[in-house]
Amino acid sequence: MAVPVVTRRPASPSRPPEGYRWTRDVIETKVFGVLRWVVIVGLVLVTLFPFYYMFILSIRPLDSLLRDPGSLVIPFGELNWGAYQSIMTPQEDGGQGFLRFMGNSAMVALGTVLISLLVAIPGSYAISRLNFFGRRQISALFLAVYLFPSILLAIPLFTIFTRLGLRGQLVALLIVYVAQVIPVTIYMLRNYFDTIPTSLEEAAALDGCSRLGVLRRISLPLAMPAIISNGLFVFMIAWNEFLFALLFLVNTRPNWTVSLGLSQLAGSIEVPTTVLMAGSVILTLPIIIIFFAAERLLTEGLTAGGEKG
Amino acid sequence: MSSVKKDVPAGPAASAAGPRGRRKLSPMAREEQRAGLTLLSPTLVLVLVMVVLPILWTLVLAFQRVRILNIRTAGIFGPYTVANFDSVFSSSFFTSLGTTLAYSIFGTAGAIILGLIAALALRKPFKGRTLIRASMLIPYVSPIVAVTFTWTTMLDPQFGLINYWGKRLLGWEESIPFLSERAREVSFLGLNFEIPTALITVIVFEMWRSFPFAFLFLTARINAIPDSLEEAARVDGATPIQRFFHIILPQLLPTIAMLSVLRFIWTFNSFDDIYLLTGGGGGTEVVAVTVFNFLTARGDIGAASAQALVLAVILGVMVGIYIKFFGKKEEVS
Repeated sequence: MAVPVVTRRPASPSRPPEGYRWTRDVIETKVFGVLRWVVIVGLVLVTLFPFYYMFILSIRPLDSLLRDPGSLVIPFGELNWGAYQSIMTPQEDGGQGFLRFMGNSAMVALGTVLISLLVAIPGSYAISRLNFFGRRQISALFLAVYLFPSILLAIPLFTIFTRLGLRGQLVALLIVYVAQVIPVTIYMLRNYFDTIPTSLEEAAALDGCSRLGVLRRISLPLAMPAIISNGLFVFMIAWNEFLFALLFLVNTRPNWTVSLGLSQLAGSIEVPTTVLMAGSVILTLPIIIIFFAAERLLTEGLTAGGEKG
Repeated sequence: MSSVKKDVPAGPAASAAGPRGRRKLSPMAREEQRAGLTLLSPTLVLVLVMVVLPILWTLVLAFQRVRILNIRTAGIFGPYTVANFDSVFSSSFFTSLGTTLAYSIFGTAGAIILGLIAALALRKPFKGRTLIRASMLIPYVSPIVAVTFTWTTMLDPQFGLINYWGKRLLGWEESIPFLSERAREVSFLGLNFEIPTALITVIVFEMWRSFPFAFLFLTARINAIPDSLEEAARVDGATPIQRFFHIILPQLLPTIAMLSVLRFIWTFNSFDDIYLLTGGGGGTEVVAVTVFNFLTARGDIGAASAQALVLAVILGVMVGIYIKFFGKKEEVS
């Protein structure tokens, strides 16, 4: 489709005059050459500034913030890590108990990763490799689930778990998270399995390996990069999740996750902003560390999972 | 959805009618059927029990008088009523639907345009590009609660940074309550406009938060465009703007279309961002927040179900129309 455009193009504009003059091409190239850097610098500032702001507020004393709200330099003279101490100390000792919330978040997130991988690896292998009836419909069902409004799903789950008396338990949250991430996990893993040639598996099967043996010895090691990036992705989803944590756990403070804890404390006036900023840093830091450690794996996994859809 | 449920147990028997009739009765194929369903069954059970059945139950709840208080006595069967839909058609539901639409359309378009600009600016390699590209994604992966809290603090009328510098450098007479002000008179070139302050703020936040997603996919697509295409256009004398509109943009259109659908769906359904930024105040109450308030503050499960259902149906219809329209366009070209 691009070919006719390319061949027809030179006919319409008048040919640029000989030599280096201020032709449209030269002007545009120069303007965009400069504009490009303006855009890059602007984007980096806009993207990263809130995180910088988050960090410097967390290490400033509160009165300094109130005195001079516009200051943006790192206050080397009055560095103050007290906010971190205050946010991590258990509630009984006058702190905000974020250490406990971190434990809750980590438990739920790791549990979600383990269970969803355990369930999704065989499932995605089956969808990718085996020919059975209803395979395509099941794929479509998973995609639909992935795109479904979670607020709609929240209503019946809220009702069921209230009725079962399980609302407020971390287990309830764990089950809901697994169900939420399973479709995207299956989707990403299936796409990866699709790229692995079947010849290796067939060879192993000919050598007398059972189907589960093939899955365990051949396919699983080959799919390891996708499995790891998927695990990290799921961890990030579960760690960041807010709506279900709010609906299920809001009345049981000992079970709060970090996200929920921060959002609940942000509404109260007793906790200083600097302490809450320390909480934000604590909430964000694990995600940023994971992201930079596995950036390539993650972005490739994401785009590979999405481009086909 | 129910057809899938029906089909699965009928699998081995019904496969005779399947397209791969050649293999229909071979033991290998039967074994494959069984293995496939066995390996998939944990997933399937989980999704059916935790997602599909609850969604179907919402259908029932929407037609029942269920509140948090009588939750234990409510059954699956009857008594049915359409009273819940009163709240859909008589309350401020239409206002919040309009807000949701404005929020999703402008949020989606803004995020995609910003992502496109970022992808184009970072197209040519330079030292440190990998790091900058990775940093661009941070707003998208960061916990929503942390970033909304930071934005709320930044925009705070009393000790927020934006208002501080706005008053010092831009000559604002007073602090602007970005997240709670419904509308503001702005005069520009002698004309007076009324702009919805809080709504614009949450749309800007949405752009900031989700442009990395568009950036990621557009970058992947741009990298896949063969250099020879643009080289040929350059040789033929096409300027950078012409090359963008005639070579690059057509290659990106399918990706942009996919991004529009995905981002629109997610923004349309989104709850966290607005709930955390404004709590639904200042004219930013989207349907998801309305549903949440009905569910928790009023404890009215029936009305919440009815509204969520209408939201899902509207979304489904819009996406359906879009896909049909877009699918036709694809066929023509």
